[in-house]
Amino acid sequence: MNKDYRFEHKHILGIEQLSAADIFHILDTAISFKEISNRPIKKVPTLKGKTIINFFFEPSTRTRLSFEIAAKRMSADTFNIAASTSSATKGETLIDTARNLQAMSPDIIIIRHGSSGAPGLLTRHVGASIINAGDGTHEHPSQALLDVMTVREHKGKIEGLNIAIVGDIAHSRVAHSDILAFAKLGAKVRVAGPATFMPAMVESLGAQACASVAEAVSDADVVMALRIQKERQDDPLIPSLREYSQFYGINRTLLDKYARPDALIMHPGPINRGVEMNPDVADGAGSVILEQVTNGVAVRMALLYLVMGQEGAE
Amino acid sequence: MTSAKTIILQNGRILDPAADRDCTGDIWLENGIIVPPQQNCPEGCTRFDLQGKWIVPGLIDMHVHLREPGEEYKETVESGTRAAAAGGFTAVACMPNTRPVNDCASVTRLILEAAAEKGFARVYPVGAISVGSKGTGLAEYGELKEAGAVAVTDDGLPVLDSQLMRRAMEYAGSHGLLVMSHSEEIALSRNGSMNEGVVSTRLGLRGIPVAAEAIMVYREIALAELTGQHTHIAHVSTAAAAELIRQAKARGVRLTAETTPHYFTLTEEAVADYNTNAKMNPPLRTEKDRHAIIKGLQDGTFDAIATDHAPHSILEKELEFDRAANGIIGLETSLSLSLSLVRDGLIDAARLVELMSLAPARILNVPGGNLAEGSVADVTVIDPDRKFVFTEESILSKGKNSPFLDWALQGKAVLTIMGGRITHNELS
Repeated sequence: MNKDYRFEHKHILGIEQLSAADIFHILDTAISFKEISNRPIKKVPTLKGKTIINFFFEPSTRTRLSFEIAAKRMSADTFNIAASTSSATKGETLIDTARNLQAMSPDIIIIRHGSSGAPGLLTRHVGASIINAGDGTHEHPSQALLDVMTVREHKGKIEGLNIAIVGDIAHSRVAHSDILAFAKLGAKVRVAGPATFMPAMVESLGAQACASVAEAVSDADVVMALRIQKERQDDPLIPSLREYSQFYGINRTLLDKYARPDALIMHPGPINRGVEMNPDVADGAGSVILEQVTNGVAVRMALLYLVMGQEGAE
Repeated sequence: MTSAKTIILQNGRILDPAADRDCTGDIWLENGIIVPPQQNCPEGCTRFDLQGKWIVPGLIDMHVHLREPGEEYKETVESGTRAAAAGGFTAVACMPNTRPVNDCASVTRLILEAAAEKGFARVYPVGAISVGSKGTGLAEYGELKEAGAVAVTDDGLPVLDSQLMRRAMEYAGSHGLLVMSHSEEIALSRNGSMNEGVVSTRLGLRGIPVAAEAIMVYREIALAELTGQHTHIAHVSTAAAAELIRQAKARGVRLTAETTPHYFTLTEEAVADYNTNAKMNPPLRTEKDRHAIIKGLQDGTFDAIATDHAPHSILEKELEFDRAANGIIGLETSLSLSLSLVRDGLIDAARLVELMSLAPARILNVPGGNLAEGSVADVTVIDPDRKFVFTEESILSKGKNSPFLDWALQGKAVLTIMGGRITHNELS
């Protein structure tokens, strides 16, 4: 690592803002924190006295818990606010709620919100560091970082790898952040799914759109399936989950035929088993899905630590 | 015959495309009309030496939202027409999406009364196409027209029912009213908040494809052909729609169309960091569309430049991007942005005046748009060289929602006269 390097981000809004050097620095920091989670006493005093608010406008189990555990393992005081218990239900605007939180002097606000760009909006109205835990269909940077960390642990590098991402790219903030992250580090990212799942001009993100899953998965070092959102009703994207799984589901036959034998299998969770991924794949050889979860804590510890190192920086 | 009400505009560049006139000279205004210059200046007359400035017929903005009645916290007839006068406009046509909707004579009269009492510009109410703009039954066009409405539209919303739109065109024709179309296929634009393309993908925002506009513009063209009625396409944003309009006009369809300064000045890139002051419907498009809009202004595809002036308060704009209201203000920047087309050699000065005054007057069939003797004394004096920075503090509209805040602009209305009354004056 370059001696002159400095991590200069007060907020983590997306992978878009990060350079390759930033990403490697976050990963290296995360690796150094990972060991803490294996100790009998899983706590270091690094963020003692810091106040961290988990401000979640959308339901989340794993990401919220992961951030909370990360914060607590670093001795920060954490508080959780869900949209259903916040003033959002009383008609208060996001900015007003955030200003009220700010009046209680938190150091970090971790936000998940259904509107793309909401975390960025907060940075203009509060003084705390903002970490995006998923905004609309925009970005989910901590997820992409833990994905990159997991792949790097197994493959020793990112550059030159073939990464296949299959599923609803258009409505997936995970896919968006993953494409940016892997592409920035020199991997070749290929995406596949029905055209109804492809965002306009997906190539502009740095991914190559493939006509079939087989094409995307060919020679893949990593195969990632995305969760199919069952909830979307105003827009007829696919006829049925049944047909989807038939043509776009990741199964063992497909992997054996096209992917590299040592391909890693990933999924941001929660999995619709039998839809986007067969159970034998999710639980079988090459699956690193639970390691992703473990690394999530380490990556989030690193993010909390790094943004706090930037006090006063803008 | 002279009176104290005489205003003499001297030594300006007179631009009057209706008479094909572009020369240096004087314009005399007396008792609310334009009169021939006389030998002697009457006592007590007001004189302006306008060397280096342009004297043009009062600008007319055929597409603004004045928000009164019902949303006076966003804009009123008074504040909106003050902004209009400052922007060089002597007349505006106001859209019916007020609360209540201007779908009947009483609302039209209310607006006209406010304009008569407190207005700084002529106000031409546009009535609704359908009752409450709900897209079902026809509003009462006969009474709307008698009360003073000049056109009908459900602007802000498209008329989804094609039969209703057909009947609206036919029935409006019977009452001598223009139909203005907000052309949008809602099924394609629903929940979208910006142009569908590279930027929407980068920002993770639901996009509005070009086809949402093009499909409905083509339907309006088909219905205009079916009914033979003059139809006006509002706020065109895409190359695709411009091409459809060009072709329709070439085969003789009775069609007029407007575009706005933001579509020929900005692209989707202006949304950049979720800037809600760059959110409007239809949305800002691509560089290719922007060039096509300019071409349409050059070749006559577009008849008029309007602003779609849509004031909102920060309550509607300081929000998550997908929840923020559509629309930007435009009255106080329209002329400057349009003048840049002249400076860049894309259109000439006479064409600018045609787009911003003569054509709107003809389309709406209202007075003004020319400097002929005997015409109403609606005159705008433009200083094409005046440089200024468009700051939030300088805005007269109640809405501050402009993507042009802090832009350095050149060219400005320095004197606006409506019916012989000075409504804006930066000269003395």
